[in-house]
Amino acid sequence: MAIVHVQGLCRSFRVSEKDPGLAGTLRHFLRRRVRTVEAVRDLHFTIEPGEMVGFLGPNGAGKTTTLKMLSGLLHPSGGRLEVAGHVPARREAEFLRRITLVMGQKQQLIWDLPPLDSLRVNAAVYGLDDREAARRISELAEMLELGEELHRPVRKLSLGQRMKAELMAALLHRPEVFFLDEPTLGLDVNAQAAMRRFLADYNRRHGATVLLTSHYMTDITALCPRVLLIHAGSLFHDGSLEQLTQRLAPRREVRLELADTLPDSAFSGYGEIESCSGRDVRLLVDRDRLTTVVGRLLADLPVLDLEVRDPPIEDIIGRLFRQGSIEQP
Amino acid sequence: MSQHPLRPLPSGRRSGRPALASALRIGRALFNSQYALMLEFRAEILLWALSGLLPLLMFSLWSGAPAGAAAGISPQAFSRYFLAAFVVRQFTVVWVVYAFEEDNLLGRLSPLLLQPLPLIWRYAAAHLAEQATRFPFVMVMVALFFWAVPEAVWIPSPTRLLLALLAAHLGFWLNFLLQHAITMLCFWSERASALERFLFMPYLFLSGMLAPLDLYPEAVRRFALLTPFPSMLYLPAQLASGGPIDALAGFRTVAVWLAVLIPINLLLWRAGVRRYAAMGG
Repeated sequence: MAIVHVQGLCRSFRVSEKDPGLAGTLRHFLRRRVRTVEAVRDLHFTIEPGEMVGFLGPNGAGKTTTLKMLSGLLHPSGGRLEVAGHVPARREAEFLRRITLVMGQKQQLIWDLPPLDSLRVNAAVYGLDDREAARRISELAEMLELGEELHRPVRKLSLGQRMKAELMAALLHRPEVFFLDEPTLGLDVNAQAAMRRFLADYNRRHGATVLLTSHYMTDITALCPRVLLIHAGSLFHDGSLEQLTQRLAPRREVRLELADTLPDSAFSGYGEIESCSGRDVRLLVDRDRLTTVVGRLLADLPVLDLEVRDPPIEDIIGRLFRQGSIEQP
Repeated sequence: MSQHPLRPLPSGRRSGRPALASALRIGRALFNSQYALMLEFRAEILLWALSGLLPLLMFSLWSGAPAGAAAGISPQAFSRYFLAAFVVRQFTVVWVVYAFEEDNLLGRLSPLLLQPLPLIWRYAAAHLAEQATRFPFVMVMVALFFWAVPEAVWIPSPTRLLLALLAAHLGFWLNFLLQHAITMLCFWSERASALERFLFMPYLFLSGMLAPLDLYPEAVRRFALLTPFPSMLYLPAQLASGGPIDALAGFRTVAVWLAVLIPINLLLWRAGVRRYAAMGG
């Protein structure tokens, strides 16, 4: 039975708009112009217990809004939502004990005190006795490779150490459902890798359900067998990364090494020329014509070597994020 | 919102702890962390304590004025009243609206709202920890005052002292709940502290900070005693300094205002969280 159940989820906001300049300011003062923005519309998906799911989409696609609704911080404008058997908007204490939301840009640790002070407060809030709290802190510290940093004021920690300590605070009560919004944002490569190792390890040890948003595709490829891609508030893809690649990149790359140099015109009937330098040629070929084209290339041209590849997922999603839109194939 | 904003949750249910023990454990943990935080800012606390010198300044103004004598208040009684007012003020200062406003603007509310503990307890613990931090500074200032004005030295009777401590603590909660109600307006306005600043004027005039209420015209005094402000300063200061006071009527007023403010806070908290969730977290 699904632990996260989202059905027809909608969320709209009313935002006021103001023109620049004095006239715009006066108009704005006298008469506010308000527009309704649909951040999330008719979103459907379910997540099974223990799944690690990547939540992708360009900036403004509605990812954070969805996570806030799933954790009960935001009320949906419409649709049905159930997480761990609870309606998040009711914010029942039992529900809050079973979930956590970590936002890369927001912190719960007390800035001027060592993380251990905040962890002690959390232990009391979640009803852990001293021994159990110490055991969990020790386990999480070991997994996250934190030691004496827990005794230093949070403000003195590096961004990576701070993020790890935030994770400790968020996970001390062992939530069953774990929402993560850009947990590796701003971290260096080593810290990102450590964070990924921890998340995979935590999921394996405690069977937590994880829904993760990240702009770093390495996070998604390393952790999430399944991805949800939303665009303009609606679900665009629900499946594996490979399936997503096929949807977003309908052509595959054929790399050729030729025995002789040939003019560009020699490749015109096979596909789009991506690059042609000397005897090395790269062509983009429609997936549905791939077998035929490869056969023809081998038969027609002096091919020494041939390789068929998908464009890297990072490139595809990166392009998507930069464009801020999805072109339907 | 199913959480009751003024009741610590029985979070120990899972481990079988009784709810009260669990609530006390939460309270202790919150107090300890906030006390540790306050001790990080010793110098700031000293400056805050010094910024509350207004009652002592008012003493210097009133000590030579004939109005006191006309009202039958001796210079010694003035000095004791204003010293007591200074001490009471130190332990009834409330700044929850500023802390909440900052947390709201900096986006610190969301992680805290995800925990099964109503926010009011965090702010209350911070205030109590701040009072504990102020305590030694205040005692030093009292000793200095006695050194400068030896005729003011007095020891209140145990009954009066206990009643004064109780009244001061209730006065703090009254002030806290009043400001907390204004704080809840942060869910609607990003600048709710402006309203708090507006309320400071009636507080200044009606609490007895500028002068004992006995010096006010009778109609003004009667009106003042209907408001919550004298309970925050005049009542405990008079009890401590040995001045004439109808303690029963004073505590009755405190009880009435607490009975008014508690449900108002509950309603505003619930509506505020709904509003927060409606506007975008």
